[in-house]
Order: sequence, then structure tokens, then C-alpha cells
Amino acid sequence: MSDLINHLEALSNAPGISGAEIEVRKTLRPLLTDHVDAMRVDAMGNLIAHKAGTGASPLRVMITAHMDEVGLMVIGHNSDGTLKVHSVGGISDRLLPGLTVLVGKKSLPGVIGLQAIHRASGLARAPRISQLAVDIGAKSKDGVEGVAPVGTPIVFATRFRRVGQSCIGKAFDDRAGCAILTELLRGDPYPFDVIGAFTVQEEVGLRGAAVAAYAENPDFGITLEGTLADDMPKEDEDVSPTTALGKGTAISVMDRSYITPPRLLRHFVRVADEAGIAYQFKQPGIGGTDSGAVHRARAGIPAITLAVPCRYIHGPASLLRVSDLAATRDLADAGIRRLATEAPRSAVQRGRIRGLDAR
Amino acid sequence: MDLKLLDTLTQTFGPSGYEDAIRDVLLEAVEPHADEVRVDTLGSLIALRKGAGEVPKKVILAAHMDEIGVIATHVEESGFVRFTSLGGVRALSHVGQRVVFHIGSDVCTGVIYLERMDPPKLPGLRNLYVDVGATSRDDCPVHVGDTGVFVGPLAQQGTRLVSKAMDDRVGCYILVEILRRLESSPNDVYFAFTTQEEVGLVGARTSAFRIDPDLAVSIDVTATGDMPKSLPMDVSLGKGPAVKVKDSGMIAHPLVRDGLVAAAEEVGSPYQMEILVGGTTDAAAMQLTRSGVPSGCLSVPCRYVHSTAEMVDAADVEHAVDVLLAFLSKPV
Repeated sequence: MSDLINHLEALSNAPGISGAEIEVRKTLRPLLTDHVDAMRVDAMGNLIAHKAGTGASPLRVMITAHMDEVGLMVIGHNSDGTLKVHSVGGISDRLLPGLTVLVGKKSLPGVIGLQAIHRASGLARAPRISQLAVDIGAKSKDGVEGVAPVGTPIVFATRFRRVGQSCIGKAFDDRAGCAILTELLRGDPYPFDVIGAFTVQEEVGLRGAAVAAYAENPDFGITLEGTLADDMPKEDEDVSPTTALGKGTAISVMDRSYITPPRLLRHFVRVADEAGIAYQFKQPGIGGTDSGAVHRARAGIPAITLAVPCRYIHGPASLLRVSDLAATRDLADAGIRRLATEAPRSAVQRGRIRGLDAR
Repeated sequence: MDLKLLDTLTQTFGPSGYEDAIRDVLLEAVEPHADEVRVDTLGSLIALRKGAGEVPKKVILAAHMDEIGVIATHVEESGFVRFTSLGGVRALSHVGQRVVFHIGSDVCTGVIYLERMDPPKLPGLRNLYVDVGATSRDDCPVHVGDTGVFVGPLAQQGTRLVSKAMDDRVGCYILVEILRRLESSPNDVYFAFTTQEEVGLVGARTSAFRIDPDLAVSIDVTATGDMPKSLPMDVSLGKGPAVKVKDSGMIAHPLVRDGLVAAAEEVGSPYQMEILVGGTTDAAAMQLTRSGVPSGCLSVPCRYVHSTAEMVDAADVEHAVDVLLAFLSKPV
């Protein structure tokens, strides 16, 4: 358990917005080197690790977790030396004023300020990101373009903390998934070959996963995520929390990007029930994950997403329960292992009927 | 027309992602007439009729098996069920309609209704709920993740046919009829009953990748412009199947478009040229398979698409079969 938390800490603290995931790759590689048989970085920047199985089963299973976090990017420079920025991935603008950030490769500290609007009519209205600027303490525009040129990535300046049964940190979406995948790849071999795909650019359109799935073409794809938990009190409203902390791993039935094949869903539910692993169903229709790209690759790949519930995702600091992190790891491991003997053959429980071209 | 088959097809459960039941019905209908039958990874049903030619080209005819439906997202303490859509479900079209959830082997009927909105405004799905007659969350038979379809039996009025899920079970019907009547074609014809069209053309995309065809035609419904104050569109019920020129996802390949026109003229079938402003079909996904596939679509004009009472004309349906049989009789 402590390994999992240590990995989460290192991964959470690493900076890596969509398109600039290099530090996350650098954090992952040494953790994997002695435990996988091969690693490669593809044209998009995905880190793909191959872990040979025992040979008991001919299946190939890909486990996906995305390395990128939501953040900001420098898009211009103001005359006073502050940085014009825009979001990379979905961030609600109203979260931003006053936050501390880290700019670029050297992690220069900065503050998100307000651009002259606070005095007059704007106070009651949340500013749009175009009205905000990142202040790195420069006195004027001179030299700033060299220090933080257009395209420089910016992350939240949140440091990871363990707090009793919870963890607080940035980017649990999806460094929680990356930490779990790391732990799975460092464990005992599976009955079949496993591909660990640490993907890029999920937050801007599931882009890395589409490429990884095309290249690897596995029999099954399991995505590990950190997902929305909206279980805070809501006065009188009787609405779904989407997922809730402390209720176990969140299994996706359907979201905006894909529908879990019913047989694959039933497989993981059965494994969870038999192993006594706590689980819940994520509210259908919310969000999208790498499974959305994996399932439609090539001739189709049955896919499912298992997620750690996290409060306040897509903001500077998320919060998760260690027990939910462990439950996600446990169900991923057990459910994947049992694919060897109980693989639901996609939609064809009956098997092929006077088969056409072989796969 | 085989109304019994059309009835079975429109009334069988099969929302996007949950097509097992409709696939079983179609499997039984096509197996006696196909050389090979296969179910692919994401559940699409593929029936092949081999071509008579020396080096036959591969043609896909695609109709999607899935219908729009609902999935339960939350059960309130009071026992009312909140839901979201599987495919394009417009809130307004379903207020006061019945929905049927299939839960294991059980069937549970509910009424969709609307929160009171003062002042009234256009509702979204979030303003709707389903009443299955439960008195609390504990005695509600529906749980988060359960799926349902709308209720809309098949009815005939003159030459008009009305039912839920004409989109695209009428396309599936046409494919079955073609398969039954097709004696011989110079082409390998793949009849693809695709899954998950309504949520992103998913089954078409993946089954076309495996088949790697030389040409692809989808058979789906299209809107009409012949209702009171409807969006201007030159397609009308009863004036023949529509040859698609363009829709929001695809510009039909001229060879396919012209080939369907030539086939219609050859058999003396009425036809219309179609441009659909809002909506697309499986052909849009098949067109972009691998390094590209010439694609088009033959449409069945349909009023009230994505309602529980989609209306087509029986003559248009029968002409569509004739046109496609003529199209298949030549090498593509």
C-alpha cells in the first residue's frame, strides 16, 4: 500500500499538461525498468510498456492510464511582464484567480492575478480566462518572452499530502490511474502478455489512446482513471453524486465516449462480488475516458473504465480516499487476471457462426 | 410487404450498446440465406453472400440494429428514476410517453414526465423523470445502469406505416428482404447490421475496418420536408427512396450516388435526391475506413424521426429493395 501512495505522490507532483508529459515519463521509467520486458515511446509521446505473461493464455490485454493533466499554456505577453494564458483541457475559469502556479521546465513560481477588472463592475462576476494573467514577478515585458515563450506549459503549484485516510494533491485525474498501473506492472506476471499504455493528450480528445490502441490492437482494453466525485452536501436536492468517496472503485457503464459491453461489465462485477471488493457504478453519461478511443480502434476492442473517485478534479487540488485507490487496484488486478479463464468473447458468447475471415 | 417481420424488428428491444435481442432476431432471419455469418467484436452482425464473379469486389450494405433509448442514472429516495439518453433523445418528444426497461429477464414499464417549470421553458432531459410506480428507492425495480426503450407499436394507415424504431429497423428489414430475394451478384455483398450507430457510428466504423470494402452503402431513414411549416427539404413521403447527395457527416461519392440513380431508373422506381442538413449515417464512418472507401446512402423518407411514432411509406420501402437489388446486379 505504501508503495502505491509513494508512486502517487511522485506522479502527482510531476508537471505534465497535455502535450508536455516528459516529466511524467521520466518519473515512470525507473519504476518500471526492472519489471517489464520492453518499453518504447511512440510518435505522440505515449509510454508503452510490455510485460510478458506466463504463456498460459494467448490473450493480449492493454491497460491504459493517461499521463497528462489539465493546466494552462502561455499564449502571449502583456506589456507589464505578466503572461497571457489559456487552458489546456477543461478548467472552469472561476477556479483560477489567486492560484499559485509553476511555469515551464524550471517550474518558475507564479500567481494568477486579475487584469484590472476588480474595481468597477466586475466584482460580482467571475472573470473569463482572457481577463486573467500569470504574474511571475517580472517588472516589464523585457526578457519575459525568453523566459516563458508562447507555448510554455503551466501547472498548479499543489504539493501532494497524505491526510489520514485521504490524499490531497493535483492531477489525481489521472496520476491515480498511472500509480495503479505502475503497481500492476511491478507485480507478478499475468497469464497473458500485458501492455501498459501511459497515454498522452487524453484531456484534449483521447488522442494518445487512439494511437496506442491502433498500434497494439489488444483483445481487451482496461482504462484506469481518476473520476468526478460530487458527493458533497447539496441542501435539498436528491441528485446523483456521480461517484462517492469511500464506496469503492467506480465502474463505468456508459459515458459520453463509449458504452461498456454488457458481458465485460458483468465479468468485472462478478469478480468484485466474489472477491469482496467495494465498487459502485459511475453515473451513466458523465465525462469521457481513454476507453472511448480504445473501443473504436481498428475492428473494435471491448473496453471498460475503472476509476478512483476524486473530489474537485480539474482544479488545483483533488481529494481521494486511500481505500478507493486500493479497491481500484484490487479489482483491476483480479478482473484482468480472470480474463484468462473467463474472457467474455465480446458479443459472441456462442462463438463464431460458420466463421468468416479469421482474426 | 412482410409486415410480420417489420413488426418483430421494430418491436424487439435493442438500444445502443445492448443489441443482443435484436441481433438474435436478425440472425435467425438471415442465416438461411447467407453463405457465412459472423458477429464481430463490438456486436455487429455480418452476413456474407459471396459473389459470382472471378475476382469479386467487396460491397457493404449497412443498416444499424440499435435504436435510441434511455439509461437510468439515479433513483431518487421517492422512487422516481432519472435518466440520460442512449443516442439522440429530445426531451420534448418523450414527455408523457411510455418507456420499457429490460432488467435481466424482467420488463418494467414507466411513464416519462416533466418537472413543473415556472415560468415554462424548453425542457432538457434533466427536467424529466420516469415513474415506474415505485414508492421508494428500496422498492424500485430499476437501478442505475438499467436500459430502456420507448413504447410505440407498429400501426398501418393506408400505405403509411408508423412505429418506434423505424430508424433503423426499416433499414434492417430492407437488408433482410434483399438477402432473401438476391439470387446472384458479381460482388461479395456484406450485409452489416451494425451496433451503436446512434452514439457515434461505432459498429460501422469497426466492422468496415475488418471487411475493408471496395464500396459501402448505408440504408437509413432520412427526414422529409412535407409537414406543416417544416424545414425546407425536397424529400417527401411516398415519392420514392431518397438517394443521398450530402448530409452533415458525408458527401456521397458520385459513383455511388449516380449508381443508385441509374439503378432506380433501370427498374422504373421513383426516387428523390436528398440533402439532409441535420444528421448523418453509418456511411460517414465507412467512408473514412483505412485509406478511404467510396460511400453513399439510400434513404427511406421518414417523418418524426427520433419520436415514438416514426412514419414511412410502404411503397418507398419496397422500391428501396428493388433499387438496391438492381444496384448489386452490376459489378461495382
